[in-house]
Amino acid sequence: MIRLEKRPQPSRLWTYLTPLVAVIATMIAGGALFATLGENPVTAIATIFWEPLFGEFAFYYRPQLLIKGAPLILIAIGLSLGFRAGIWNIGAEGQYIIGALTGAAVGLAFYPLEAWYIFPLMVMAGALGGWAWAMIPALLKVRFGTNEILVSLMLVYVAEQLLASMALGPLRNPDGMGFPGSRNFQQYGSAHNAELIAGTGMHWGVVAAMIAVIFAYVLLNRHILGFHIRLTGQAPKAARFAGVRPARLILFCLGTSGALAGLAGLFEVSGPAGQVSIDFNVGYGFTAIIVAFLGRLHPVGILLAGLLMALTYIGGEIAQSNLGLPAAAIQMFQGMLLFFLLAIDVLTNFRIRRTGREAV
Amino acid sequence: MDLSSISPTLLLASLMVAATPILLAALGELVVERAGVLNLGVEGMMITGAICGFAIAVNTGSPLLGFAAAAVGGALLSLLFALLTQIALANHVASGLALTLFGLGLSALLGQGYVGIKPPPTGKLDIPLLSDIPFFGPVLFSHDIMVYVGLALTLAVWVMLKHTRIGLILRAVGENHDAAHALGYKVVRVRIMAILFGGACAGLGGAYISLIRVPQWTEGMTAGAGWIALALVVFASWKAGRVLLGAYLFGGVTVLQLNLQAAGVALPVEYLSMSPYVITILVLVIMSADRSRAPASLGRTFHASG
Repeated sequence: MIRLEKRPQPSRLWTYLTPLVAVIATMIAGGALFATLGENPVTAIATIFWEPLFGEFAFYYRPQLLIKGAPLILIAIGLSLGFRAGIWNIGAEGQYIIGALTGAAVGLAFYPLEAWYIFPLMVMAGALGGWAWAMIPALLKVRFGTNEILVSLMLVYVAEQLLASMALGPLRNPDGMGFPGSRNFQQYGSAHNAELIAGTGMHWGVVAAMIAVIFAYVLLNRHILGFHIRLTGQAPKAARFAGVRPARLILFCLGTSGALAGLAGLFEVSGPAGQVSIDFNVGYGFTAIIVAFLGRLHPVGILLAGLLMALTYIGGEIAQSNLGLPAAAIQMFQGMLLFFLLAIDVLTNFRIRRTGREAV
Repeated sequence: MDLSSISPTLLLASLMVAATPILLAALGELVVERAGVLNLGVEGMMITGAICGFAIAVNTGSPLLGFAAAAVGGALLSLLFALLTQIALANHVASGLALTLFGLGLSALLGQGYVGIKPPPTGKLDIPLLSDIPFFGPVLFSHDIMVYVGLALTLAVWVMLKHTRIGLILRAVGENHDAAHALGYKVVRVRIMAILFGGACAGLGGAYISLIRVPQWTEGMTAGAGWIALALVVFASWKAGRVLLGAYLFGGVTVLQLNLQAAGVALPVEYLSMSPYVITILVLVIMSADRSRAPASLGRTFHASG
């Protein structure tokens, strides 16, 4: 009989090992999944993880790594702050959409004026939009004790409807011959989130993601607020005695993650996506939850996890076109990763002991 | 705009249909939460149930077999959650989210060949005599069998929680798992059973959407119904009777909103479509003033470390 025994202290080794083991376990289980779909599992896994980095067309795919990774990292960094303190913002997808909408609206309001200050204004509007959307669950939680998980999630569906109405209504391209969707930012220089260094995929969103990683690292390790966040997560009662004001912490964590998600939305809509359309959002807000956990809620971990998740997106697309693997298989693959991570994580806090007698 | 085109009889009748999927899912989650487990994977279990039920119903031609398969599918998926939270002692919130993300992917994968197909129709019962009563007949007595299953289940859950020994043990486990453990109840076993029951109910709710309410298969078709079911449990203060009330209230909002769309109300369609979610938030705000009724051990991981 096997039984779990609580470790006196969480194992540092397993903290770092868990994500690696989870990725390997996912590869094995994913391989089995692809085999049942009638694919050669080794080819499928190699297509997803090898092809984008070192394959024949890697020069085309490598820049995609930053393009897809940046929004994930940006959102996940924000989420991780709250998750650490037990504040669950699950509605990043909604904040992402609203940030894109407010940012794009500001940019479109200036059309066709060309000026240097337009893009910075859009960035501010995007962050503000995401922040404001996240303030709804935050204020409701602080004022009425409403569950932030459910409220932030409901707001995703509200945001999706708002997006549809904006793409069909106020933000629709007047020269678009009635098609839904806004003007294309790629053709509007002052509002375009262009590639900064040609051929790298590096755009302002990537820069923002890097800054967010550094900012979060400093905050968590060098600042009293970061200490409060960690303390609240580990020992809420002790946090009260240490003078943590829960309301302020909730407003800060939700607000920051909302603003970062809004930024991610703005950078996406003005760059890679190019326009406000009904389906410009590709579920980054939800995938970022996996990224946050996979990165162990640690800024550097999230950076690596975001790049890994971006790799599965790109590899998934290649597998889709080369092997005809369904897009849903990748989504499932990502979900599986989170499963394995959570399951293996038990080894961080517990050790497995064999016992002779049956344990109760 | 022509509001006179909205028939109160049809409105009330379709309200019961609109309420059934979230009623089923919420009843399951109610039992899970009363056992002290917070499973946020309802959306994932519902959508998995929706495709399992749809696929089996299409392949066998029997909606009833479809519903059975949906319950099994939902329960199997919830078993993953049970393993994570009860055996591997993972965080409930994170595991529930993982379940939803996984379920959405799994259902999309399973559902690939089923887009655009019509499921076999589920017959209406049209109870003789009763369904002929003017107004009440069509509103109450001429539905498909699952509407009545939902009602019966509400009653069963209420009786089980309030008047049986099983219900007592379940609540004990949910209120104080350490005390329940000390009394010799198998906390983990009770919780796993509750989670499986919740999964089966969510599966049924999902299949109701894909087989009767919509009836077809599209990716992500539950569109937040699982989350609304979760909100419903809070609204109901963890009481079965009030889950029914909440489900009908929500069903009413959904149906009214659809009717207003059809009647061509001046408001854009998107604003009407978001109304159920907005109203859910408002209801949550009103209900959250009273948090005292939540099971005390809700969401806490249990480990018999002795």
